[in-house]
Amino acid sequence: MSNLLELRNVTKVYSRGVINANATIALQDISLTLKEDEPTIMTVAGESGSGKTTLAMLLLGFITPTTGEILYRGKNITTLRGKDKLAYRREVQAVFQDPFAVFNPFYTVDHLLTVPIKQFKLARTKAEARKKMEEALTAVGLRPEDVLGRFPHQLSGGQRQRINVARALLLKPRLLIADEPVSMVDASLRANILETLRNLQRDHGVSIIYITHDLTTAYHIAKSIIVLYRGGVMEAGDVDTVIKEPQHPYTKLLVDSIPWPDLNRRWGEQQIKVREGGGRSHGCPFMSRCPAAMEICKTQPPLYELNSHHTASCYLYSQQPEVVRERLSAFLPS
Amino acid sequence: MNLATADNQAGTRRAPFAAGTQTPVLKVENLEVTYYTDLGRAKALDDVSFDLHAGQKLGMVGESGSGKSTLALAMMRMIKQPGRIEGGTVTIDGTELMGLKDEDMRKARLSKIAYIPQGAMNSLNPVTRIGEQMVDAVKSHLNGQSRAAIHERCIHALKSVDLDPAVFRMYAHELSGGMKQRVCIAIGILLEPKVIICDEPTSALDVVTQRQVMETIDRVQKQINAAVILIGHDMGLMAQFVDKVAVMYAGRLVEISTVREMFTEPKHPYAQALISSLPNLDNKGVFQGIPGLAPSLLRLPSGCAFHPRCPYASDRSRSEKPKLKALPGGRMVACHLYDQDALNV
Repeated sequence: MSNLLELRNVTKVYSRGVINANATIALQDISLTLKEDEPTIMTVAGESGSGKTTLAMLLLGFITPTTGEILYRGKNITTLRGKDKLAYRREVQAVFQDPFAVFNPFYTVDHLLTVPIKQFKLARTKAEARKKMEEALTAVGLRPEDVLGRFPHQLSGGQRQRINVARALLLKPRLLIADEPVSMVDASLRANILETLRNLQRDHGVSIIYITHDLTTAYHIAKSIIVLYRGGVMEAGDVDTVIKEPQHPYTKLLVDSIPWPDLNRRWGEQQIKVREGGGRSHGCPFMSRCPAAMEICKTQPPLYELNSHHTASCYLYSQQPEVVRERLSAFLPS
Repeated sequence: MNLATADNQAGTRRAPFAAGTQTPVLKVENLEVTYYTDLGRAKALDDVSFDLHAGQKLGMVGESGSGKSTLALAMMRMIKQPGRIEGGTVTIDGTELMGLKDEDMRKARLSKIAYIPQGAMNSLNPVTRIGEQMVDAVKSHLNGQSRAAIHERCIHALKSVDLDPAVFRMYAHELSGGMKQRVCIAIGILLEPKVIICDEPTSALDVVTQRQVMETIDRVQKQINAAVILIGHDMGLMAQFVDKVAVMYAGRLVEISTVREMFTEPKHPYAQALISSLPNLDNKGVFQGIPGLAPSLLRLPSGCAFHPRCPYASDRSRSEKPKLKALPGGRMVACHLYDQDALNV
């Protein structure tokens, strides 16, 4: 069984100033594996500043890791050249947060779809290109005659976002990186887009990394979840277990803060401590806000195994067996 | 600024929902707004009426383009060309806003009715300090107050939204998104307005910050006993925060109910679809959207605007626009299905 994508101890540090006075660790020591023949939907969750977008940028090859390496089909993506690079560019696609910002207002929708067809030489004739476009649009639940030939401003946010998904689909990707794809879309359209994404995984065998701060949608679409806080993995595992029985204090806070549309399920009473700015210390990144903080938290906690599909990085579970960070993926069901 | 005593009062008398005896602090009647575009006239608000008591929180929900933000702008008299307020009245605490002179209206903004627009945190001036922007807001309304008094008022407002007084001397870029949003709330409550309109105050924030901001709004609202209108499309947030929910569809109010009625027994078919499309923990993997697309305001369907998407549409829905009618218990709904139950007012 070969690996589609593999992250090996990836760390990304943004530093400011010549003498490295101000370093922000955006992502710390992440190891992750996606199998080639088991398409899955994996959620990466966390609040702003948790490093989730950094992870997306790394996977897309827009930035390079400070240490560690990212392998795509066994090859390091920073050194990919020629054919391999082209294949990687085609097979790893992205859908971004803001459907209003990614369109060029001067071109019709067709432009967005024809450029990748030309770029990757997917069609020999115009008719074939047209057919491919129509297929992709139909697959995401749009009527081609409704959207082709129209300008972005004539379409709703939900339609635009689905066109983005269609564009990604057109290239028959193996991996789709969806960075907050529904956060700017109306609640009633969210369901449609999420369903489109899920069908993509189920019917077209595309693995999806779903990046979000919204645990409600994560719960509904994903199989596994990784909770990040300030660049570190706090908790990971099966999405049902993590959201229904969160163990790490940070995940508890997150789940507690979901505004459930349910009158019998109110926001928790727990007071929220304000996050302090600036760089982080060497201990647990959540320590300053954690209600259960202990002296030992000043050193970085390792991952502890809670059960075969659940792991958390917190000293509260120090009686459990320790897990080496490289084995994180073993806890993520596909 | 006398927040401490106001807090005590608010604690003892929280306005009951169906208060017939009290006069509402906000009364909106038959408000109509039309945008005159090149493609034709778009009626963005059509005969919108509701009222709100001091201390109440109303949630205004609807799809994008349903007129939620237009309603907020119309109440502030901030509709710009090519839009026009065609009729109706907005009365706050006995003052009718639509008839005011421009200068009086300017004074009423912030002191009677405050508006925290969508993405307010991006509206802070990046090149002046937070404090300066707050002092500006006070000065333009309260002439002749001493500098010390104004300063104290600003610091007090910052403290009441849980911000450090040091924020007064900071610039916007030194603050996080949630802090900027709280600065905007602080500016909104500087003059203790009777009505606060929050337009999607947390749409760009993550859940933890969102909860902090909403709890801040909740607390200051109780301190100054203001009526709050929360505009948004997140029903989860509504369930956690408001007392009453108003549902808008294509420029009209289609239902106003208490939050409990809305979540347990929505009346209007659109409200029903909205409620059943909500995700929860029990129906994992079920995605139920609302079929069809929101209508364009330029080409509204005849009769009830929802009828092309409505499972209960009748011939009458296609020809006759339903009026917003009161049902027993005080809730309002605009649908022909409930004509028999409606009270004859």
